[in-house]
Amino acid sequence: MHTGVVAPLDRADIDTDQIIPKQFLKSVDRDGYGDFLFHDWRKEEGGSTNPEFVLNKEPYRGASILLAGRNFGCGSSREHAAWALRDFGFRAILAPSFADIFRENADQNGLAALSLEEDVVRELLARAYSEAPLSLTVDLEERTIADSDALLASFEIDDFRQMCLLEGLDRIGLTLRQAEAISSFEQQRWPNRSEVPPKSF
Amino acid sequence: MIGDQPSTLLDKIWNSHLVHADPGAPDLLYVDLHLLHEVTSAQAFEGLRVAGRTVRRPDLCMATVDHNIPTTDRSLPVLDSLARRQMEVLRENAQGHGIRLFDVDDERQGIVHVIGPELGLTRPGMVIVCGDSHTSTHGAFGALSFGIGTSEVEHVLATQCIPQRRPKAMEIRLEGDRPPGISAKDLILAVIGEIGVSGAVGHVVEYTGPVVGSLSMEERMTICNMSIEAGARAGMISPDPTTFEYLRDREFGPNSEEFVNLKMEWESLKTDDGATFDRSIMMDVSDLEPQVTWGTNPGMVTEISGSVPDPCRIKDEKARDSAERALEYMGLQPGTPMESINVDRVFVGSCTNGRLEDLREVARVLDGRRVHTDVHAMVVPGSTAVRRQAESEGLDRIFREAGFEWREAGCSMCIGMNPDTLSAGERCASTTNRNFEGRQGRGGRTHLVSPATAAATAVAGRLADPRSC
Ligand code: SF4
Repeated sequence: MHTGVVAPLDRADIDTDQIIPKQFLKSVDRDGYGDFLFHDWRKEEGGSTNPEFVLNKEPYRGASILLAGRNFGCGSSREHAAWALRDFGFRAILAPSFADIFRENADQNGLAALSLEEDVVRELLARAYSEAPLSLTVDLEERTIADSDALLASFEIDDFRQMCLLEGLDRIGLTLRQAEAISSFEQQRWPNRSEVPPKSF
Repeated sequence: MIGDQPSTLLDKIWNSHLVHADPGAPDLLYVDLHLLHEVTSAQAFEGLRVAGRTVRRPDLCMATVDHNIPTTDRSLPVLDSLARRQMEVLRENAQGHGIRLFDVDDERQGIVHVIGPELGLTRPGMVIVCGDSHTSTHGAFGALSFGIGTSEVEHVLATQCIPQRRPKAMEIRLEGDRPPGISAKDLILAVIGEIGVSGAVGHVVEYTGPVVGSLSMEERMTICNMSIEAGARAGMISPDPTTFEYLRDREFGPNSEEFVNLKMEWESLKTDDGATFDRSIMMDVSDLEPQVTWGTNPGMVTEISGSVPDPCRIKDEKARDSAERALEYMGLQPGTPMESINVDRVFVGSCTNGRLEDLREVARVLDGRRVHTDVHAMVVPGSTAVRRQAESEGLDRIFREAGFEWREAGCSMCIGMNPDTLSAGERCASTTNRNFEGRQGRGGRTHLVSPATAAATAVAGRLADPRSC
């Protein structure tokens, strides 16, 4: 369960080049990307803060739930996008739909990318502007979104994703439990190790 | 057939790589080839180290440096210390784990999606992954090939497997006769224009139909490459004699003995008659014109003879907002004829259009003409092998004499992580795959085009139809 302030970013097809531009992909670490989130929108050409951009305005600066248009996270597979959103303080992204790779990257980092009906998103966007700061509660267990007064919407998420997000499972560890199945697959595939394609370098 | 069930190409590859399936959980697929590059792998190797894990099958991995290497003189040191560090880290990781690396001084270096096929590493029926969304390129060979994030890169390094939910299968059938002068880039831009940038989300697209069968391997790669631009998980084309011919005599490809057996296997890699796709769309390409984008995603595309659209005429409110924003960013007025738009830069290259046939096409259109005096144009070959071959055919001379810069291989201005970038306000006709805001440099304005259109544009100084050159 997470409760936090909602920031509205009313655009469709927000690509990962916008979420974190390429000049910040040169680090070899997983953290420290929050400052560069939406960099070209947040910062003016000379480096000063763009006062018009939603995340630079009160009360959205400290938001932890992002509300966005359809097909959020399209484009490049860079996981830095999920790292930057997390690092900035976001815990959930609510949008009508997400790009496949982005959603997976979000899952891997405990960032809940949740699809809501387009109408619901539209209504929440309007309220996020008119009732700022709008605070919402995302209940992963119950699969619901609520404000302080009432339940507003429910969302679908498959049990496995839900469990991963709730429990922060070690996905690699989970696969390694199938070590035997992996070995026997390899055995069947290449009964004679010297045949391994592509030709061993 | 799977059993006696007619099945799709996707199903066949999926089922033959299924290591484990648990109800409710994603399937576990075996990965045949894992491609790595400097930008999305460092954190994955670090994750392994922290968890005390090793690389399960270094022999099924291949690494190269492409995203942030300079395309100028390779004997000079890399000035950008962060980029240099990233390449050094890849070197250390490859060495430490016994992974083959095609480094900056290797004749086989190049953009990861150009060299995989070129070296014969990419094969029909494989499952291929890479921490890069354009991994969809390799689907041109009838492989299931898709981009993954860095956590998944770590996952594949540790287990040689990837947990995946089975995507839906979508058929995009290209019918009719491809008109002369219409490239694979025009075909795929038109497809994306038709279905939109999220038109194929959750699906693996199989391109079918007579037009697809007539395409060369390099053209098929251009098409599959941009599947991700329609949101597809992957794109694929069933292998046929064109595919098999391409795969002969590649350095890491099968030897002639293996080839005979493999070819038989590969011939079964097609969607059976009677198999059903979750979705099918058909497009007749007979009247297609060269395509050019006007906006800030690849779906914002029109014909070269067309004009910048008027957002007021767009019914969908969200799409209208996006178009308005895009026109503002691109500095364009509704109704402006595309062919009247002047450009400052022309870029030929990338994993979409940086292959030999693309370069030949540019040279053919240039044909002794010169780049317009107001245009700065460059060609960046997709791989060092492409560069060498182009030079042996004298293409470099044609480019240079026309006024193009001729560079070393890499991603270059497709992503602008190295010094090759657009400045704010600069307008570029580019053979790449993304016209997102800032993609080629902050404030830069990108028009996606085919190699032929790029060449014609370089000469004219404005967006131009290569057929009337
Ligand atoms: S050429 Fe461009 S799209 Fe292709 S791998 Fe490099 S950066 Fe990505």
